[in-house]
Amino acid sequence: MAVRLRAVNISTETRLSTGTVATRRLGALAIVMLTVLAVLALIISPEDVNQGSTVRIMYVHVPTIWVAYMAFILTAVCSATYLSGRNRSLGWDRVAGASAEIGVLFVALSLLTGSLWGRITWGTYWVWDARLTSTAFLFITYIGYLAVRRLDGTQRQRARRSSVLALLAVLEIPLVHFSVRLWRSLHQEASVATGGTDVELDDLMLFSLFFGLAAFSVLFVWLLLHRQRMLYLEDAMSSQGLDAAIEARRKEAVR
Amino acid sequence: MSPRTSRVNVAVAVAKKDLLVEWNSKILMNQVAPFAAIVMVMFAFALDNDGILQRVAPGLVWLATLFSMLIVVQRSFAVETADGALDALRVAGVDPAAIFAGKSFALMVQLCALETMLVGTAVVLYGVELTLGGLGQMVVTMVAATIGLGCVGTLYGGLAAGVKGRETLLPLLLLPVVAPVLIGATRATEAAFGSGGAEISEGWPWIVLLGIFALVFSTVGSVAFGPLVDE
Repeated sequence: MAVRLRAVNISTETRLSTGTVATRRLGALAIVMLTVLAVLALIISPEDVNQGSTVRIMYVHVPTIWVAYMAFILTAVCSATYLSGRNRSLGWDRVAGASAEIGVLFVALSLLTGSLWGRITWGTYWVWDARLTSTAFLFITYIGYLAVRRLDGTQRQRARRSSVLALLAVLEIPLVHFSVRLWRSLHQEASVATGGTDVELDDLMLFSLFFGLAAFSVLFVWLLLHRQRMLYLEDAMSSQGLDAAIEARRKEAVR
Repeated sequence: MSPRTSRVNVAVAVAKKDLLVEWNSKILMNQVAPFAAIVMVMFAFALDNDGILQRVAPGLVWLATLFSMLIVVQRSFAVETADGALDALRVAGVDPAAIFAGKSFALMVQLCALETMLVGTAVVLYGVELTLGGLGQMVVTMVAATIGLGCVGTLYGGLAAGVKGRETLLPLLLLPVVAPVLIGATRATEAAFGSGGAEISEGWPWIVLLGIFALVFSTVGSVAFGPLVDE
Protein backbone atom coordinates (compact mmCIF):
# COMPACT_ATOMS: atom_id res chain seq x y z
CA MET A 1 0.00 0.00 0.00
CA ALA A 2 2.86 2.35 0.85
CA VAL A 3 4.20 2.12 -2.68
CA ARG A 4 0.82 2.94 -4.10
CA LEU A 5 0.38 6.01 -1.83
CA ARG A 6 3.80 7.30 -2.77
CA ALA A 7 3.10 6.95 -6.44
CA VAL A 8 0.04 9.15 -6.10
CA ASN A 9 1.78 11.75 -3.98
CA ILE A 10 4.73 12.42 -6.16
CA SER A 11 2.87 12.47 -9.44
CA THR A 12 3.00 16.01 -10.78
CA GLU A 13 -0.22 15.95 -12.73
CA THR A 14 -3.17 17.09 -10.72
CA ARG A 15 -5.74 14.35 -10.44
CA LEU A 16 -9.26 15.61 -10.41
CA SER A 17 -10.83 12.58 -8.80
CA THR A 18 -9.87 10.75 -5.68
CA GLY A 19 -11.08 7.43 -7.06
CA THR A 20 -9.26 4.84 -9.11
CA VAL A 21 -10.31 1.40 -10.31
CA ALA A 22 -8.66 -0.10 -7.23
CA THR A 23 -10.42 2.18 -4.75
CA ARG A 24 -13.76 1.61 -6.47
CA ARG A 25 -13.31 -2.13 -6.07
CA LEU A 26 -12.24 -1.65 -2.48
CA GLY A 27 -15.29 0.55 -1.86
CA ALA A 28 -17.58 -2.07 -3.34
CA LEU A 29 -15.93 -4.71 -1.17
CA ALA A 30 -16.46 -2.53 1.91
CA ILE A 31 -20.15 -2.11 1.10
CA VAL A 32 -20.63 -5.83 0.57
CA MET A 33 -18.78 -6.72 3.76
CA LEU A 34 -20.68 -4.19 5.84
CA THR A 35 -23.97 -5.50 4.47
CA VAL A 36 -22.99 -9.06 5.32
CA LEU A 37 -21.92 -7.84 8.77
CA ALA A 38 -25.32 -6.20 9.28
CA VAL A 39 -27.06 -9.46 8.39
CA LEU A 40 -24.71 -11.46 10.61
CA ALA A 41 -24.99 -9.07 13.53
CA LEU A 42 -28.70 -8.30 13.41
CA ILE A 43 -30.23 -11.55 12.18
CA ILE A 44 -27.97 -14.60 12.12
CA SER A 45 -25.93 -14.29 15.32
CA PRO A 46 -27.70 -15.48 18.48
CA GLU A 47 -28.85 -13.34 21.40
CA ASP A 48 -26.69 -13.21 24.49
CA VAL A 49 -27.82 -15.20 27.54
CA ASN A 50 -27.67 -12.17 29.81
CA GLN A 51 -27.76 -9.16 27.56
CA GLY A 52 -30.27 -10.31 24.94
CA SER A 53 -30.17 -8.28 21.75
CA THR A 54 -28.09 -5.45 23.18
CA VAL A 55 -25.00 -7.59 22.62
CA ARG A 56 -25.39 -6.80 18.91
CA ILE A 57 -23.94 -3.34 19.53
CA MET A 58 -20.64 -5.14 20.12
CA TYR A 59 -20.32 -5.90 16.40
CA VAL A 60 -20.01 -2.18 15.72
CA HIS A 61 -18.50 -1.04 19.01
CA VAL A 62 -15.45 -3.31 19.02
CA PRO A 63 -14.50 -2.83 15.34
CA THR A 64 -14.78 0.96 15.59
CA ILE A 65 -12.36 1.21 18.50
CA TRP A 66 -10.09 -1.31 16.76
CA VAL A 67 -10.01 0.87 13.65
CA ALA A 68 -9.41 3.96 15.79
CA TYR A 69 -6.39 2.39 17.49
CA MET A 70 -5.08 1.23 14.13
CA ALA A 71 -5.56 4.74 12.73
CA PHE A 72 -3.69 6.42 15.58
CA ILE A 73 -0.84 3.93 15.35
CA LEU A 74 -0.62 4.66 11.62
CA THR A 75 -0.59 8.39 12.37
CA ALA A 76 2.31 7.94 14.77
CA VAL A 77 4.26 5.72 12.35
CA CYS A 78 3.76 8.11 9.43
CA SER A 79 4.72 11.09 11.62
CA ALA A 80 7.90 9.37 12.75
CA THR A 81 8.69 8.47 9.14
CA TYR A 82 8.12 12.06 8.07
CA LEU A 83 10.45 13.40 10.75
CA SER A 84 13.15 10.80 10.23
CA GLY A 85 13.06 10.69 6.43
CA ARG A 86 15.74 12.52 4.51
CA ASN A 87 13.48 13.89 1.81
CA ARG A 88 10.60 14.59 4.20
CA SER A 89 7.84 13.78 1.77
CA LEU A 90 4.61 15.58 2.65
CA GLY A 91 2.82 12.41 1.59
CA TRP A 92 3.59 10.86 4.96
CA ASP A 93 2.13 13.88 6.69
CA ARG A 94 -1.05 13.68 4.64
CA VAL A 95 -1.50 9.99 5.41
CA ALA A 96 -0.93 10.79 9.11
CA GLY A 97 -3.54 13.55 8.98
CA ALA A 98 -6.09 11.51 7.05
CA SER A 99 -5.61 8.60 9.41
CA ALA A 100 -6.09 10.79 12.50
CA GLU A 101 -9.30 12.24 11.07
CA ILE A 102 -10.74 8.78 10.52
CA GLY A 103 -9.49 7.73 13.96
CA VAL A 104 -11.32 10.61 15.64
CA LEU A 105 -14.51 9.72 13.77
CA PHE A 106 -14.29 6.09 14.85
CA VAL A 107 -13.47 6.88 18.49
CA ALA A 108 -16.55 9.09 18.50
CA LEU A 109 -18.64 6.22 17.10
CA SER A 110 -17.15 3.87 19.63
CA LEU A 111 -17.89 6.20 22.56
CA LEU A 112 -21.41 6.71 21.22
CA THR A 113 -22.22 3.02 20.76
CA GLY A 114 -20.54 2.24 24.07
CA SER A 115 -22.59 4.77 26.00
CA LEU A 116 -25.82 3.57 24.38
CA TRP A 117 -24.95 0.03 25.36
CA GLY A 118 -24.01 1.23 28.85
CA ARG A 119 -27.35 2.96 29.22
CA ILE A 120 -29.20 -0.26 28.50
CA THR A 121 -26.90 -2.62 30.39
CA TRP A 122 -25.58 -0.58 33.31
CA GLY A 123 -28.41 1.95 33.39
CA THR A 124 -26.03 4.87 32.80
CA TYR A 125 -24.40 6.47 29.78
CA TRP A 126 -21.06 6.91 31.45
CA VAL A 127 -19.04 5.36 34.26
CA TRP A 128 -15.70 6.72 35.48
CA ASP A 129 -13.95 3.57 34.50
CA ALA A 130 -10.26 3.75 33.62
CA ARG A 131 -10.74 2.49 30.09
CA LEU A 132 -13.61 4.83 29.32
CA THR A 133 -11.87 7.83 30.77
CA SER A 134 -8.67 7.11 28.86
CA THR A 135 -10.65 6.73 25.65
CA ALA A 136 -12.25 10.11 26.22
CA PHE A 137 -8.77 11.59 26.63
CA LEU A 138 -7.65 9.86 23.46
CA PHE A 139 -10.57 11.49 21.64
CA ILE A 140 -9.80 14.98 22.95
CA THR A 141 -6.06 14.63 22.31
CA TYR A 142 -6.61 13.88 18.63
CA ILE A 143 -9.18 16.63 18.29
CA GLY A 144 -6.34 18.88 19.46
CA TYR A 145 -4.05 17.27 16.90
CA LEU A 146 -6.54 18.03 14.12
CA ALA A 147 -6.86 21.61 15.36
CA VAL A 148 -3.08 22.02 15.13
CA ARG A 149 -3.18 20.75 11.55
CA ARG A 150 -5.54 23.60 10.68
CA LEU A 151 -3.28 26.32 12.07
CA ASP A 152 -1.92 29.03 9.79
CA GLY A 153 1.40 28.38 8.18
CA THR A 154 3.04 26.58 5.31
CA GLN A 155 2.51 22.93 4.55
CA ARG A 156 5.97 22.18 5.93
CA GLN A 157 5.17 23.94 9.19
CA ARG A 158 1.93 22.02 9.47
CA ALA A 159 3.74 18.75 8.82
CA ARG A 160 6.44 19.39 11.40
CA ARG A 161 4.15 20.64 14.13
CA SER A 162 1.64 17.88 13.72
CA SER A 163 4.29 15.15 13.45
CA VAL A 164 5.90 16.23 16.71
CA LEU A 165 2.47 16.44 18.31
CA ALA A 166 1.51 12.96 17.09
CA LEU A 167 4.68 11.56 18.67
CA LEU A 168 4.00 13.45 21.91
CA ALA A 169 0.54 11.88 21.94
CA VAL A 170 2.15 8.44 21.86
CA LEU A 171 3.90 9.36 25.12
CA GLU A 172 0.99 11.16 26.66
CA ILE A 173 -1.62 8.48 26.17
CA PRO A 174 0.11 5.70 28.16
CA LEU A 175 0.83 8.21 30.95
CA VAL A 176 -2.79 9.33 31.08
CA HIS A 177 -4.00 5.75 30.93
CA PHE A 178 -1.61 4.69 33.70
CA SER A 179 -2.55 7.55 35.99
CA VAL A 180 -6.27 7.16 35.38
CA ARG A 181 -5.97 3.47 36.21
CA LEU A 182 -4.12 4.31 39.38
CA TRP A 183 -6.78 6.89 40.20
CA ARG A 184 -9.62 4.39 39.69
CA SER A 185 -7.93 1.46 41.35
CA LEU A 186 -7.69 3.32 44.63
CA HIS A 187 -11.03 5.06 44.52
CA GLN A 188 -13.52 2.57 43.16
CA GLU A 189 -13.89 -1.19 43.07
CA ALA A 190 -13.20 -2.81 39.71
CA SER A 191 -15.96 -1.63 37.45
CA VAL A 192 -18.27 -3.52 35.16
CA ALA A 193 -16.27 -2.89 32.02
CA THR A 194 -13.15 -4.62 33.27
CA GLY A 195 -15.09 -7.69 34.39
CA GLY A 196 -15.75 -8.88 30.87
CA THR A 197 -12.51 -10.71 30.21
CA ASP A 198 -13.68 -14.23 31.00
CA VAL A 199 -16.79 -14.03 28.89
CA GLU A 200 -17.27 -17.03 26.63
CA LEU A 201 -18.37 -16.18 23.15
CA ASP A 202 -20.43 -18.45 20.97
CA ASP A 203 -18.64 -19.52 17.76
CA LEU A 204 -21.00 -17.63 15.49
CA MET A 205 -20.71 -14.54 17.66
CA LEU A 206 -16.95 -14.78 17.53
CA PHE A 207 -17.04 -15.18 13.75
CA SER A 208 -19.33 -12.15 13.41
CA LEU A 209 -17.02 -10.13 15.61
CA PHE A 210 -13.93 -10.99 13.57
CA PHE A 211 -15.83 -10.43 10.37
CA GLY A 212 -16.76 -7.01 11.75
CA LEU A 213 -13.09 -6.25 12.40
CA ALA A 214 -12.25 -7.20 8.83
CA ALA A 215 -15.15 -5.21 7.35
CA PHE A 216 -14.32 -2.05 9.27
CA SER A 217 -10.63 -2.43 8.44
CA VAL A 218 -11.46 -2.51 4.73
CA LEU A 219 -13.68 0.53 5.24
CA PHE A 220 -10.78 2.27 7.00
CA VAL A 221 -8.34 1.61 4.16
CA TRP A 222 -10.88 2.82 1.62
CA LEU A 223 -11.61 6.02 3.56
CA LEU A 224 -7.90 6.57 4.14
CA LEU A 225 -7.03 6.31 0.44
CA HIS A 226 -9.70 8.79 -0.52
CA ARG A 227 -9.03 11.19 2.30
CA GLN A 228 -5.28 11.38 1.78
CA ARG A 229 -5.81 11.99 -1.94
CA MET A 230 -8.28 14.71 -1.02
CA LEU A 231 -5.63 16.29 1.20
CA TYR A 232 -3.13 15.98 -1.64
CA LEU A 233 -5.50 17.87 -3.93
CA GLU A 234 -6.09 20.53 -1.28
CA ASP A 235 -2.34 21.00 -0.84
CA ALA A 236 -1.82 21.11 -4.60
CA MET A 237 -4.59 23.66 -4.94
CA SER A 238 -3.22 25.94 -2.24
CA SER A 239 0.30 25.80 -3.74
CA GLN A 240 -1.10 26.47 -7.21
CA GLY A 241 -3.16 29.33 -5.83
CA LEU A 242 -0.01 30.90 -4.45
CA ASP A 243 1.90 30.38 -7.70
CA ALA A 244 -0.94 31.95 -9.67
CA ALA A 245 -1.03 34.96 -7.33
CA ILE A 246 2.74 35.48 -7.63
CA GLU A 247 2.44 35.19 -11.40
CA ALA A 248 -0.32 37.82 -11.45
CA ARG A 249 1.77 40.24 -9.34
CA ARG A 250 4.73 39.71 -11.66
CA LYS A 251 2.64 40.64 -14.66
CA GLU A 252 1.48 43.79 -12.90
CA ALA A 253 5.07 44.72 -12.11
CA VAL A 254 6.15 44.23 -15.72
CA ARG A 255 3.30 46.36 -16.96
CA MET B 1 33.94 27.62 27.08
CA SER B 2 32.69 24.08 26.60
CA PRO B 3 29.34 23.59 24.87
CA ARG B 4 27.92 22.27 28.11
CA THR B 5 28.67 25.36 30.18
CA SER B 6 27.55 27.62 27.35
CA ARG B 7 24.24 25.78 27.23
CA VAL B 8 23.78 26.20 30.97
CA ASN B 9 24.70 29.89 30.65
CA VAL B 10 22.13 30.38 27.90
CA ALA B 11 19.46 28.63 29.94
CA VAL B 12 20.25 30.80 32.95
CA ALA B 13 20.21 33.93 30.79
CA VAL B 14 16.82 33.04 29.27
CA ALA B 15 15.36 32.27 32.69
CA LYS B 16 16.73 35.51 34.13
CA LYS B 17 15.34 37.44 31.19
CA ASP B 18 11.85 35.93 31.62
CA LEU B 19 11.84 36.57 35.36
CA LEU B 20 13.08 40.11 34.83
CA VAL B 21 10.29 40.76 32.32
CA GLU B 22 7.83 39.47 34.90
CA TRP B 23 9.46 41.50 37.68
CA ASN B 24 9.12 44.68 35.65
CA SER B 25 5.62 44.07 34.30
CA LYS B 26 4.20 42.43 37.46
CA ILE B 27 1.60 40.60 35.37
CA LEU B 28 1.76 37.54 37.61
CA MET B 29 1.31 39.56 40.78
CA ASN B 30 -1.23 42.09 39.52
CA GLN B 31 -3.33 39.94 37.22
CA VAL B 32 -2.75 36.19 37.41
CA ALA B 33 -2.60 35.87 41.19
CA PRO B 34 -5.83 37.87 41.68
CA PHE B 35 -7.44 35.72 38.99
CA ALA B 36 -6.38 32.55 40.83
CA ALA B 37 -7.72 33.98 44.09
CA ILE B 38 -11.09 34.86 42.57
CA VAL B 39 -11.33 31.35 41.12
CA MET B 40 -10.90 30.00 44.65
CA VAL B 41 -13.65 32.32 45.90
CA MET B 42 -15.93 31.30 43.03
CA PHE B 43 -15.41 27.62 43.88
CA ALA B 44 -16.63 28.44 47.37
CA PHE B 45 -19.77 30.07 45.91
CA ALA B 46 -20.38 27.09 43.64
CA LEU B 47 -19.94 24.45 46.32
CA ASP B 48 -21.37 26.49 49.21
CA ASN B 49 -20.54 24.11 52.03
CA ASP B 50 -17.63 24.23 54.45
CA GLY B 51 -17.37 20.46 54.80
CA ILE B 52 -17.30 19.86 51.05
CA LEU B 53 -14.80 22.68 50.49
CA GLN B 54 -12.40 21.21 53.00
CA ARG B 55 -12.77 17.79 51.38
CA VAL B 56 -12.20 18.98 47.80
CA ALA B 57 -9.71 21.77 48.55
CA PRO B 58 -6.71 19.82 47.09
CA GLY B 59 -8.44 19.40 43.73
CA LEU B 60 -9.50 23.04 43.65
CA VAL B 61 -5.98 24.25 44.42
CA TRP B 62 -4.62 22.31 41.46
CA LEU B 63 -7.46 23.22 39.13
CA ALA B 64 -6.87 26.88 39.90
CA THR B 65 -3.16 26.30 39.28
CA LEU B 66 -3.85 24.77 35.87
CA PHE B 67 -6.19 27.59 34.83
CA SER B 68 -3.69 30.22 35.91
CA MET B 69 -0.90 28.32 34.22
CA LEU B 70 -2.67 28.69 30.87
CA ILE B 71 -2.45 32.45 31.25
CA VAL B 72 1.17 32.42 32.39
CA VAL B 73 2.20 30.21 29.46
CA GLN B 74 0.41 32.46 26.95
CA ARG B 75 2.17 35.41 28.48
CA SER B 76 5.56 33.69 28.48
CA PHE B 77 5.35 33.17 24.72
CA ALA B 78 3.57 36.42 23.89
CA VAL B 79 6.75 38.10 25.14
CA GLU B 80 8.83 35.93 22.81
CA THR B 81 6.80 36.30 19.64
CA ALA B 82 5.67 39.93 19.91
CA ASP B 83 8.81 41.27 18.23
CA GLY B 84 10.21 38.05 16.85
CA ALA B 85 12.47 37.50 19.86
CA LEU B 86 12.20 33.73 19.64
CA ASP B 87 13.13 33.75 15.94
CA ALA B 88 16.06 36.04 16.73
CA LEU B 89 17.32 33.59 19.33
CA ARG B 90 17.03 30.69 16.88
CA VAL B 91 18.71 32.65 14.08
CA ALA B 92 21.53 33.48 16.49
CA GLY B 93 22.12 29.74 16.71
CA VAL B 94 21.07 29.39 20.32
CA ASP B 95 20.50 25.77 21.32
CA PRO B 96 16.71 25.18 21.54
CA ALA B 97 17.22 22.80 24.46
CA ALA B 98 18.79 25.67 26.41
CA ILE B 99 15.90 28.00 25.55
CA PHE B 100 13.53 25.26 26.63
CA ALA B 101 15.33 24.79 29.94
CA GLY B 102 15.47 28.52 30.63
CA LYS B 103 11.84 29.20 29.81
CA SER B 104 10.68 26.12 31.72
CA PHE B 105 12.62 27.19 34.77
CA ALA B 106 11.16 30.71 34.71
CA LEU B 107 7.69 29.21 34.36
CA MET B 108 8.34 26.85 37.28
CA VAL B 109 9.38 29.73 39.54
CA GLN B 110 6.20 31.62 38.70
CA LEU B 111 4.03 28.53 39.16
CA CYS B 112 5.61 27.81 42.55
CA ALA B 113 4.78 31.32 43.68
CA LEU B 114 1.18 30.87 42.51
CA GLU B 115 0.82 27.47 44.17
CA THR B 116 2.15 28.78 47.47
CA MET B 117 -0.44 31.53 47.33
CA LEU B 118 -3.21 29.07 46.43
CA VAL B 119 -2.33 26.69 49.27
CA GLY B 120 -2.35 29.69 51.59
CA THR B 121 -5.78 30.65 50.25
CA ALA B 122 -7.04 27.12 50.88
CA VAL B 123 -5.82 27.30 54.47
CA VAL B 124 -7.48 30.67 55.05
CA LEU B 125 -10.69 30.35 53.02
CA TYR B 126 -11.43 26.63 53.10
CA GLY B 127 -10.26 25.92 56.64
CA VAL B 128 -7.68 23.33 55.56
CA GLU B 129 -5.30 22.28 58.32
CA LEU B 130 -1.66 21.70 57.52
CA THR B 131 0.59 19.80 59.95
CA LEU B 132 4.38 20.07 59.85
CA GLY B 133 4.69 16.68 58.12
CA GLY B 134 1.92 17.69 55.75
CA LEU B 135 3.74 20.90 54.96
CA GLY B 136 6.89 18.98 54.06
CA GLN B 137 4.95 16.68 51.77
CA MET B 138 3.16 19.65 50.25
CA VAL B 139 6.49 21.24 49.34
CA VAL B 140 7.75 18.02 47.71
CA THR B 141 4.46 17.66 45.83
CA MET B 142 4.63 21.23 44.61
CA VAL B 143 8.20 20.84 43.37
CA ALA B 144 7.50 17.53 41.58
CA ALA B 145 4.26 18.75 40.02
CA THR B 146 5.72 22.10 39.02
CA ILE B 147 8.68 20.59 37.17
CA GLY B 148 6.25 18.57 35.06
CA LEU B 149 3.90 21.50 34.51
CA GLY B 150 6.73 23.87 33.64
CA CYS B 151 8.13 21.50 31.00
CA VAL B 152 4.77 20.64 29.42
CA GLY B 153 3.66 24.27 29.51
CA THR B 154 6.80 25.44 27.74
CA LEU B 155 6.61 22.65 25.18
CA TYR B 156 2.98 23.24 24.16
CA GLY B 157 3.30 26.99 24.63
CA GLY B 158 6.12 26.91 22.09
CA LEU B 159 3.94 24.95 19.69
CA ALA B 160 1.09 27.45 19.90
CA ALA B 161 3.36 30.50 19.97
CA GLY B 162 2.83 33.07 17.27
CA VAL B 163 -0.10 31.44 15.55
CA LYS B 164 -3.55 32.87 15.14
CA GLY B 165 -6.04 31.46 17.60
CA ARG B 166 -3.45 30.26 20.10
CA GLU B 167 -5.52 31.53 23.04
CA THR B 168 -8.18 28.96 22.31
CA LEU B 169 -5.83 26.24 21.12
CA LEU B 170 -3.53 26.08 24.13
CA PRO B 171 -6.13 24.89 26.69
CA LEU B 172 -7.32 22.20 24.28
CA LEU B 173 -3.78 20.89 23.82
CA LEU B 174 -2.47 21.40 27.32
CA LEU B 175 -5.26 20.27 29.63
CA PRO B 176 -5.46 16.64 28.46
CA VAL B 177 -1.69 16.30 28.76
CA VAL B 178 -1.56 17.59 32.33
CA ALA B 179 -4.37 15.31 33.50
CA PRO B 180 -1.85 12.97 35.19
CA VAL B 181 -0.45 15.95 37.13
CA LEU B 182 -3.94 16.95 38.25
CA ILE B 183 -4.64 13.41 39.42
CA GLY B 184 -1.27 12.86 41.10
CA ALA B 185 -0.93 16.29 42.68
CA THR B 186 -4.51 16.25 43.97
CA ARG B 187 -4.09 12.86 45.64
CA ALA B 188 -0.71 13.80 47.13
CA THR B 189 -2.17 17.08 48.41
CA GLU B 190 -5.13 15.22 49.91
CA ALA B 191 -2.61 13.20 51.89
CA ALA B 192 -0.74 16.35 52.92
CA PHE B 193 -3.96 18.12 53.95
CA GLY B 194 -5.41 14.98 55.51
CA SER B 195 -8.61 15.53 53.48
CA GLY B 196 -11.18 12.79 53.96
CA GLY B 197 -8.97 11.18 56.61
CA ALA B 198 -6.10 10.50 54.18
CA GLU B 199 -2.75 9.56 55.75
CA ILE B 200 0.49 11.29 54.80
CA SER B 201 2.02 7.95 53.75
CA GLU B 202 -0.69 7.60 51.06
CA GLY B 203 0.76 10.58 49.23
CA TRP B 204 4.19 9.25 48.29
CA PRO B 205 3.16 6.89 45.44
CA TRP B 206 1.45 9.87 43.79
CA ILE B 207 4.58 11.94 44.14
CA VAL B 208 6.42 9.15 42.32
CA LEU B 209 3.86 9.50 39.51
CA LEU B 210 4.54 13.24 39.40
CA GLY B 211 8.26 12.51 39.31
CA ILE B 212 7.87 10.14 36.34
CA PHE B 213 5.81 12.75 34.51
CA ALA B 214 8.42 15.43 35.18
CA LEU B 215 11.23 13.15 34.03
CA VAL B 216 9.46 12.13 30.81
CA PHE B 217 8.49 15.64 29.77
CA SER B 218 11.75 17.33 30.72
CA THR B 219 13.63 14.81 28.57
CA VAL B 220 11.19 14.84 25.66
CA GLY B 221 10.75 18.59 25.89
CA SER B 222 14.42 19.35 25.37
CA VAL B 223 14.41 17.15 22.25
CA ALA B 224 11.05 18.18 20.79
CA PHE B 225 11.17 21.91 21.51
CA GLY B 226 13.64 22.59 18.69
CA PRO B 227 11.57 21.13 15.84
CA LEU B 228 8.42 22.79 17.22
CA VAL B 229 9.71 26.36 17.26
CA ASP B 230 12.12 25.97 14.34
CA GLU B 231 10.16 27.69 11.60
